[in-house]
Amino acid sequence: MWQELREELHPKGFEVVTVALDVGGVEATKQFVDKANAQHPSLLDEAHLVDELFGVVNVPNGVWINEDQMIVRPAEPAFPGRNPVMESFEKLDVSTLPPDVADIMAEVKKIKSDPAAYKAALLDWVEHGADSPYALEPQEVVARSHARTDDKARAAAHFELGQHLHRNGDHPAAIPHWREAHRLQPDNWTYKRQAWNFEDPVRQGHTDAYDSSWIEDVRKIGAENYYPVVDL
Amino acid sequence: MLLDSLRVDVADFEARTGWTVQPQGLCQGDVCLPLPETAIAGGTLDVEAVAERAGMPLVHDEAHNLWALGPAAGRDRHALTTAAAPELELPDLRTGEKFRLSSLRGQKVLLLAWASW
Repeated sequence: MWQELREELHPKGFEVVTVALDVGGVEATKQFVDKANAQHPSLLDEAHLVDELFGVVNVPNGVWINEDQMIVRPAEPAFPGRNPVMESFEKLDVSTLPPDVADIMAEVKKIKSDPAAYKAALLDWVEHGADSPYALEPQEVVARSHARTDDKARAAAHFELGQHLHRNGDHPAAIPHWREAHRLQPDNWTYKRQAWNFEDPVRQGHTDAYDSSWIEDVRKIGAENYYPVVDL
Repeated sequence: MLLDSLRVDVADFEARTGWTVQPQGLCQGDVCLPLPETAIAGGTLDVEAVAERAGMPLVHDEAHNLWALGPAAGRDRHALTTAAAPELELPDLRTGEKFRLSSLRGQKVLLLAWASW
């Protein structure tokens, strides 16, 4: 979904690098990259390393990096001028859905994002670089990046053990590590959704494996807070 | 960082964590943490000493004889220690080849995290 914007901005010295956070690996992700006929680097991050390295906690999230490889905006919700996922849900007739799926859709529709404002800010930065008001000073970049308490760091270690065990064929051994990662960092949606998805890919619903589910956890925080408001 | 022993190759540690081992200790951006002399030997690091000094959690899975070393943490810390982008080396799904984020120095980059789930 970033291909169009990338084509528009690439002549101005701009590149998109997509990173798929997917323990499911090539099998789960390559089809989407092929279908988009991506012309930009399209990376696979099976271990969710960008959570640890850049402070990503949800998708889609974008990080702006300037010509000197300095981060000028840390991880935050990112949309290319529109939100195609939301658009496709808008067209759904919820009355045709099973009631529990309709409940999920009702929450999804409450999620807030401002794709137009994000795109305008991105265009301004590509045009004006350091003079853009949207390019932040280094101190501000660090301060705005996700907090890294001891618990959150420990969550990353547990998630890494879990994904390693899963990828080596021992899925049951991954579950306790992922449960612990969820407990330690409840605001990390990539750790949670990844894990729920292996048990229930349609609903990410409540299963014996986890004391949580997408809809329960979204209702706890309020769907309108699922993506923090991007402070442009 | 995933480990099957409590001594780690310095180069592997640097590539994975973004910290570098310098004469003055363990460094990232402007931050350097002194290490005990015994922590470095024969191109390897004592993981427990590094974990303690840098505030990195070390989680052990006894059944599989594995450890994971988490990122440096603390009460006032953030995911980013510095605004300098960490190196990121991952396979490109289009080619299967390794791609390094640093190869795009000289261009503006939007790093965009997404998922199939």
